[in-house]
Amino acid sequence: MDFDLSEEQSLLKDSVERLLADRYDFEARKRHGKHPEGFSPEMWRAYAEQGLLAVPFSEEEGGIGGGTIETMIVMEAFGGALVLEPYLSTVVLAGGLLRHAASAEQRAEWLPGLIGGETRYALAHGERQARYDLHDVGVQARRDGEGWVLEGEKALVLHGDSADRLIVSARTAGGRRDRDGIGLFLVEAGAEGVSRRGYPTQDGQRAAEVSLSSVRVGPEAVIGSPEGALPAIERVADEAIAALCAEAVGAMDRMHRLTVEYLKTRKQFGVTIGSFQVLQHRAADMFIALEQARSMSFLATMMAEADDPAERSRAVSGAKVQIGRSGRTVGQGAVQLHGGVGMTMEYSVGHYFKRVTMIDQLFGDADHHLARVARMGSLLAA
Amino acid sequence: MDLRFTPEERAFRQEVRGFFEQNLPKDIHAKMIDGRHPSKDDIVTWQKILNKQGWAVPNWPVEWGGTGWDPVRQYIFLDELQSFPAPSPLQFGVYMVGPVIAQFGNEAQKKHFLPRIANLDDWWCQGFSEPGSGSDLASLKTRAVRDGDHYVVNGQKTWTTLGQYADWIFCLVRTDATVKKQEGISFLLIDMKTPGITVRPIQTIDGGHEVNEVFFDDVRVPVENLVGQENKGWDYAKFLLGNERTNIARVGVSKQRLRRLRELAALERVGDAPILENPRFAEKLAALEIELKALEMTQLRVVAAERKREKGKPDPASSILKIKGSEIQQATTELLMEVVGPFALPYAPEDEGDEHGHNEPPVGPDWAAPVAPTYFNWRKISIYGGSNEIQKNIIAKAILGL
Repeated sequence: MDFDLSEEQSLLKDSVERLLADRYDFEARKRHGKHPEGFSPEMWRAYAEQGLLAVPFSEEEGGIGGGTIETMIVMEAFGGALVLEPYLSTVVLAGGLLRHAASAEQRAEWLPGLIGGETRYALAHGERQARYDLHDVGVQARRDGEGWVLEGEKALVLHGDSADRLIVSARTAGGRRDRDGIGLFLVEAGAEGVSRRGYPTQDGQRAAEVSLSSVRVGPEAVIGSPEGALPAIERVADEAIAALCAEAVGAMDRMHRLTVEYLKTRKQFGVTIGSFQVLQHRAADMFIALEQARSMSFLATMMAEADDPAERSRAVSGAKVQIGRSGRTVGQGAVQLHGGVGMTMEYSVGHYFKRVTMIDQLFGDADHHLARVARMGSLLAA
Repeated sequence: MDLRFTPEERAFRQEVRGFFEQNLPKDIHAKMIDGRHPSKDDIVTWQKILNKQGWAVPNWPVEWGGTGWDPVRQYIFLDELQSFPAPSPLQFGVYMVGPVIAQFGNEAQKKHFLPRIANLDDWWCQGFSEPGSGSDLASLKTRAVRDGDHYVVNGQKTWTTLGQYADWIFCLVRTDATVKKQEGISFLLIDMKTPGITVRPIQTIDGGHEVNEVFFDDVRVPVENLVGQENKGWDYAKFLLGNERTNIARVGVSKQRLRRLRELAALERVGDAPILENPRFAEKLAALEIELKALEMTQLRVVAAERKREKGKPDPASSILKIKGSEIQQATTELLMEVVGPFALPYAPEDEGDEHGHNEPPVGPDWAAPVAPTYFNWRKISIYGGSNEIQKNIIAKAILGL
């Protein structure tokens, strides 16, 4: 039982925090968001140069051999700066699928570009009817000689408009909600038959609706078993949730600190408003919610690597519930205690609030995961 | 960073659990599982068993019977004890006055009192709160005036838990009324048999008799029963309250209550299905388990940090443990009220220590009787040990700097 970071982990934390302190204050973030991609290509290169894109990949494949703890460190720092770049899409989601499902040959071909920052990825998995159900896949993949033809619509593809490549899930067999019969396909974003409609999201990031119309891919595009990709998707979704929990903790921590700072400086009735007990107690409630969220972020980080999928999912779902609930307490509290200024687009706190709110809506909200924990039985057995 | 217990720590947990399975008398275990109060005899019996094993006072200095376990093992021991569930040691001796005597007492006090506390030969109670001094403890008025080799004590203490069984009481008394209120307080050990002491029961809303008022009327206390220095009692009290807070989350207790809740919700049916299968209920239970899991992780963070902290300085983060721990314990009693349903109604007060008090046949399920009393009684948890509102003040001041 040890909550301390190793020396390498501390170095990673220092280096990512320093980079963001230098180049990612709130004013810089506003500029980064004005690029057509919705984020800063220079920052993306900086992440590549610092090795952040290499974090979860093995050293033999050009990575730094980090685990979920290293990803947590990066994501927490990103949450604190409200980073816009597609790290979750490229490194955590697509990178996770490549790590868990792709062949050694595929990884040898694709990972250098990803780690080097030349190729950005997005995961095209969600669909209009699926909401949070990972097994609900209606996009069709039909065999065509050696290769496949993909047909259908993908929804809410995070950073799908700027990605160079898409990893597309599609049904190769069975009915729309069957667990078996789902495959993963690597599709060039510019391939014939792919059309994308990009749009901004509430938190200042971007997503896309992706339409696949007779998109042809070769056999080399299939990642893992063409009929058995769901376990890998579920595993990567759990890893993504753990990463988002860490990002949310980073955002909540910053939001809480901004609020406490505000309480210490804002004066009304001749005194700082932090001298009022009713506001102190609300700030204390926010602090408790933040620390409970941090605890569950640690649990998710640890359990995202668990061998037993049921144990892994139960813990990760529990963490997502806590993060969702804490996010509301901290986010709503931060805006409330800032008063009118917390409502303005110009000030940062509302942007943190919006990001933690959207994190709750991603990969299953608190209610979705609460129902999942309830179905899976006690979280406390151990 | 490795949040798993080490193989040695897991083996330690097994050893502790194995000892409890072998040595806790079955009738006491059954009572604990049902959520009934262990009697005085139960608590004494169990403490003597623990003492024989050398586990009576794990938190004390080794020379006085402590086990020398690191904070993680201390935590595992308590977690197992609470979730087994076995009776908790009488906290007033083991967690409160014992560590104070070991730290600030003189040799004679240590030699006389500490072994008797470890073996529960003396039953201790706490004389801190007064009718006019609740959260503002330092405003206490019970005074002790020096008269030759004695202090003469006059005043009143209240909320004295299990004082009806006590052989001794440790008291904060005012020895100087002319200085700042914290600087005129002394820490006295008083024999309950001394003339001039009257104990009166306070019945709590559950119908139980757990707390008392204690009156002091010209009570003569030998000066050798002063702990440490005169007028330094507030420092010792802060040390004591700091120790109290390390175990305040009672995660193990809530684990056991939730396990029990799950069992009972699987037995009790609404229509054709167990309550446990009602999705609304299952989600409430799951939500509580998630909160408890988060609290356990927070507790472990505090425990791990304790290894690096100066001894006797409580982590202000322990205020989180108090607040969340009490809220979760109380929430378990609310959920059990939902499980018991209408059979919460019959009022059959439990006569503490009287095994034969239940002559009437039970109404409804045989586990129903303690459910409503516990719901009422456990409202105390967010009040004692520094109310939750006081804990929020501590967080605001000590952590947030407001």
